Amino acid sequence: MPPEPLLTIEKVNLAIRGNSILRDVSFQVTAGEIVALIGPNGAGKSTLARVALGLVRADSGQIWRKPGARVGYMPQRLVVDDTLPLSVRRFVTLGTPASRARVRDALAEVGAAHVLDAPVQAISGGEMQRVLLARALLRDPDLLVLDEPIQGVDLNGQYELYDLIGGLRQRRGCGILMVSHELHLVMATTDHVLCLNRHVCCSGHPDHVARDPAYLELFGLDGARRLAIYHHHHDHRHDLHGAVVESAEPQAHG
Amino acid sequence: MDDFLLRALLGGFGVALAAGPLGTFVVWRRMAYFGDALAHSGLLGVLLGAMLRVNPQLGVILTCLLVALALALLQRQRNLATDTLLGILAHTALSLGLVALAFLETVRVDLVGYLFGDILAITPVDLYWIWGGGLLALSVLAGLWRPLLALTVHEDLARVEGVAVFPIRLAFMLLIALVIAVAMKVVGILLITSLLIIPAAAARRFARSPEGMAALASLVGGAAVGLGLWASLRWDTPAGPSVVVAATALFALSLATPSRSRR
Repeated sequence: MPPEPLLTIEKVNLAIRGNSILRDVSFQVTAGEIVALIGPNGAGKSTLARVALGLVRADSGQIWRKPGARVGYMPQRLVVDDTLPLSVRRFVTLGTPASRARVRDALAEVGAAHVLDAPVQAISGGEMQRVLLARALLRDPDLLVLDEPIQGVDLNGQYELYDLIGGLRQRRGCGILMVSHELHLVMATTDHVLCLNRHVCCSGHPDHVARDPAYLELFGLDGARRLAIYHHHHDHRHDLHGAVVESAEPQAHG
Repeated sequence: MDDFLLRALLGGFGVALAAGPLGTFVVWRRMAYFGDALAHSGLLGVLLGAMLRVNPQLGVILTCLLVALALALLQRQRNLATDTLLGILAHTALSLGLVALAFLETVRVDLVGYLFGDILAITPVDLYWIWGGGLLALSVLAGLWRPLLALTVHEDLARVEGVAVFPIRLAFMLLIALVIAVAMKVVGILLITSLLIIPAAAARRFARSPEGMAALASLVGGAAVGLGLWASLRWDTPAGPSVVVAATALFALSLATPSRSRR
């Protein structure tokens, strides 16, 4: 049986005040799949995620979510006003009532059990990202939508968080739609990459996208080089112009 | 104790009880100016009530509802910021009230009483309004508590988690309209917002949870009513403004107290 789609976006168009933000965008997320939206700033990545969630209405096109599918959402930046006294435990249960033990389990799953009773304004940016992920997990989601999930997380934490997200897919079998501009990490962990610059420039398996001229043009040498440095399954490298150089001998990981 | 004084205290406590929890949300949602805008439209409501020959509170509730509804609809367009819209609504409503007052020569209205409150003239009927309206507002707020808190923290996240954002935001505005209508007699339309935000602000440093802050705000408001009335009798000062000054004194005291919380 082929995997069932959780989310299907078809030929979506959106303009805000006459400014075209999304043009003819189509993609799918199926259960157990990680789809990454990458692209430069202002490419419409977050807007597309919000369209997928039904927070923004598209001008035209079809948005289909599997009926009854539970959606977990991790917004890009969430700052709780200092005037609101709120513990992490209360914050996490705002959307889903849950026992203290369940909240502790969800926080432990993302490696943030130690902040359970801390004021939500007192934790670090990286801890906040984990807490947000725990809040989404508490919904027992079929589909996770993560907007820049590793924002404000230090480099070690970034790898950890990506491993964690990959593990979630394995353990829970949920589909994940992820917005990111951390190319190297996205390329290493995702199944399907959608390279967006208001329209879909190129899409497919990370290895395929990484070789696409449209991708190289969009991210330039810098992105291509970073990818060459961080990519974990080297069977080739890029020269200074971003072209693929096949190499016969195994190389050390960068 | 004199009857009028007892009624003043009871009325003031009723308003403080309802204003505390609602006021905390006004502070969290940064809606102080919204409270002002609704309150300023109160005078128009009083006149409306006089023209329709109904209770002034009914007129105020109706007018506040219309202004809240107008704002909710105006907020759906995104060209103008909310504070601009509020500035337009607030001052238009107040000016319309004063202009209408000049036209209605047959209607006698105690303007100063409505602007600054007349807590010592609270009647038994006023008390029914204050406690009935206040308890109604509190019970509706209790029902909305969780979704309202969720959308106060992050509206999009709350929406994805299934909160019907627009109806709840509207219901909250209506609750503020109700509290303004019943609080008008106590501190007047120009000072009502202070009873919403000053006790909440004073409670922040001592609260560890949203509910704790709401309860503490009610207590601070009640204490301000008691202190203000006492000072008003002692020094023969206007009662409504004295209550507000007492609330501010309590707020100042809260700033001076060393905080026990971790933050």
